[in-house]
Amino acid sequence: MIRVLFFAQLKEQLGCEQLDFPSAGIGNLADLKAALTAQGEQWQPLTQTNLMMAINQEMADLEDSVADRDEVAFFPPVTGG
Amino acid sequence: MISVQTQDFSLAEEYQALTQGNQTDGAVVTFVGLVRDFNQGNQVLGLSLEHYPGMTEKALAKIVQQARAKWDLGRVRLIHRVGDLHLSEQIVFVGVSSKHRKDAFDAAEFIMDYLKNDAPFWKKELTDKGPVWVAFNDKDKAAKAQWTVTS
Repeated sequence: MIRVLFFAQLKEQLGCEQLDFPSAGIGNLADLKAALTAQGEQWQPLTQTNLMMAINQEMADLEDSVADRDEVAFFPPVTGG
Repeated sequence: MISVQTQDFSLAEEYQALTQGNQTDGAVVTFVGLVRDFNQGNQVLGLSLEHYPGMTEKALAKIVQQARAKWDLGRVRLIHRVGDLHLSEQIVFVGVSSKHRKDAFDAAEFIMDYLKNDAPFWKKELTDKGPVWVAFNDKDKAAKAQWTVTS
């Protein structure tokens, strides 16, 4: 399983904070995002263009590999400071 | 020293921690970010800061490491608060000591510019029109980019 986390307004839009997703067939972040989005209308906020992503708490890109037991996060551009 | 915390911090104590027993550094630069009353067209009453526990600390440590690789720095202290904050409350502290002022000024600004882009914090403002998630400001992206152009 891949642990998937969502933050800030994305978390609110999806109505989901975290979930475990089967890693079968998931090669990279793009695959995971596509598989999540395919779950239905509720998941369409994941298609917004400016989302940031992390794998195991490091910033990542769509082409980066995801493996079983990884922790993946999707979130809007950061606004700290 | 890097800290992500709900409690407030004291500028005087942070300054002391940067200078006490530190005879090698001739410069200290500090920056404090505060909650201000007006942002992106809204009257702000307060804000709530969310973060990604675990990643936040790693991201901040990486930023400090990047600054240390670029400049000759002595002590670096970085504090970011999370949770609910009122108007005028302190949000973020950056303190840098160095032998020379230019390194300290530049490193403090670099740390803030990178934090604004790379550290997983999100501000939700409580405004007169209701709660509003703060939008990313493209100026912050440009501010970070200038460090790679000039180096």
